[in-house]
Amino acid sequence: MSDLLQFLVSGVTVGAVYALVALGFTIIYNASDVVNFAQGEFVMLGGMISVACVAAGLPLPFAALIAILVTAAIGVALNELAIEPARGAPVVSLIIITIGASIFIRGVTQIVFGKGMYRLPSFSGDTPLRLLGAAMLPQSLWVVTGAVAIFVALWLFFTRTLTGRAVLATSNNRLAAQLVGINTKFVMTLSFALSAGIGALAGVLITPITPTSFEVGIALALKGFAAAMLGGMGSPKGALAGGLLLGLMEALTAGYISSHYKDAVAFFVILAVLFAFPRGLYGSTPTERV
Amino acid sequence: MRLSAKQSTLLVLAILMVISPFFFPSNYYYRVGSLVFMNGLAVVGIVVLTGYAGQISLGHAGFVGIGGYACALMPVQFGVPPALAVVLGAVLSGVTAWVVGRPILRLKGYYLAVASLGFGVLVAMVLSNEGQITGGPDGIQVPDPGVRAWLGAMGLELSTPQFWYAFTGLFLLVGAWLALNLQDSPTGRALRALHGSEVAARTVGVDVARAKLNAFVISAVYASVSGSLLAQQNRLITPDVAGYMHSIELVSMAVLGGAGSVLGAIFGAALLTMLPQVLTVLQDYEHVVLGLVMMLVMIFLPAGLIPSARRLMRGRDE
Repeated sequence: MSDLLQFLVSGVTVGAVYALVALGFTIIYNASDVVNFAQGEFVMLGGMISVACVAAGLPLPFAALIAILVTAAIGVALNELAIEPARGAPVVSLIIITIGASIFIRGVTQIVFGKGMYRLPSFSGDTPLRLLGAAMLPQSLWVVTGAVAIFVALWLFFTRTLTGRAVLATSNNRLAAQLVGINTKFVMTLSFALSAGIGALAGVLITPITPTSFEVGIALALKGFAAAMLGGMGSPKGALAGGLLLGLMEALTAGYISSHYKDAVAFFVILAVLFAFPRGLYGSTPTERV
Repeated sequence: MRLSAKQSTLLVLAILMVISPFFFPSNYYYRVGSLVFMNGLAVVGIVVLTGYAGQISLGHAGFVGIGGYACALMPVQFGVPPALAVVLGAVLSGVTAWVVGRPILRLKGYYLAVASLGFGVLVAMVLSNEGQITGGPDGIQVPDPGVRAWLGAMGLELSTPQFWYAFTGLFLLVGAWLALNLQDSPTGRALRALHGSEVAARTVGVDVARAKLNAFVISAVYASVSGSLLAQQNRLITPDVAGYMHSIELVSMAVLGGAGSVLGAIFGAALLTMLPQVLTVLQDYEHVVLGLVMMLVMIFLPAGLIPSARRLMRGRDE
């Protein structure tokens, strides 16, 4: 019983991070119809930059803030320099562009920060909390709380503010949004900044638990994507559900089946979802124009 | 005599293959050359899938892995002669592609990309995790196919790098010839039709699902043979050849050079294979340059380098 609880705790922690990555995918996908294969690099940058700032002597909250702002700026630059100029290009080109961007970001990070593994100090100590026989790191609470806070804040933003509704309108129909006077270019910039910032925050939250290096982005992007697919591409609610489900499935697989194949779960999920219910848990019904 | 586009492509390829060794400063370059040819072979398969049929796969390295490990495992486990292992590996890849492709190819765009990516990663993971059979992450020895020894016995003495340069070059020529023949065959026309519009292709009687599956199987066989040759030349294979990065490299090579053109794709393969060799001095910058090249070419020359260059030249003629 305590085993199961232990797996659930670690599953939810990892799942919260996947949910944030999936949310990042969702925001950019909604705004621009682009699946951003560089999404994992935002998480990596968040971790790496905050580690560097802490090493330079800054207090942790400042370091986190700087990491989030810098990563958001990089997200905006990605849109301006690489995705906006290729607007309307075929999907294959856009895939190559965002993969190129992810390789580029990884390469620069490796030059600037080196190839080492880095870890942030935990936000509030390493003494595990006891919970019905399972041990829970205080950092896990931070991760889960952070993810929940982000989701609530975004939900409020999208439903209660004019800017948020402008983003929703743009993702529904770009041309119609333009016609009613929404600055869709600003919406794009905002979406990339938000998505990158959320990714960076996920990176800051998880780095005290799993060390970061310039290479961690690929795996995170793939799993975030699996989570987004599971929940239904384009649905923030789906991103949350998909992320948590994927995290739990991974933790249970690692615990009860084989830790070697823990990473395979995400891909089985992708394949199974695509075959069985391609729109995911909360996806919209497909329409195709000829 | 006027040459058709197909003949001139093959002629250009053959001439480049024969002339290049005269400019090689050392034997090492034969090896680089054969690497170019082996990647080129896999990339010609991507031309059939992506260039002709317009379908994307981010998991083709999985088939490279199947072909490579077939050559490592079959001779040892079942006593299959190494040369036959290449063929059996290709058959296995083809069958796998057929089984996996049927459900996967119903998907489009990003979904297809990610589903194929998932397949490739799973293959790499199995190769790396089933250590008692595959040798695990450190890889496994591959027996020599014995063709060089046979040539030696026939009186044609070649050094190992020279032999592999010629041998893989031959495979690439045959592969390119087949792909070029396919282009204007009924199958090739069907593929290009569904690339333009699936609905339109279906209306004129193309069995879209079957045509896509054909392209997927053909390209898998190309990737598999490329993997077999790679394994036999290196005498060692590791799960990395089946990994995500290798799949990305293959697609990038095709798309950079021009996925719609066999010559362009082979040029792309040459470019990206030699890039790390040129950049060994600046090894740390390899990824930065690769990422930058991928983005710049796709933004400014979306058709790929060779087709764009051709258009430029034609523009000047007229």
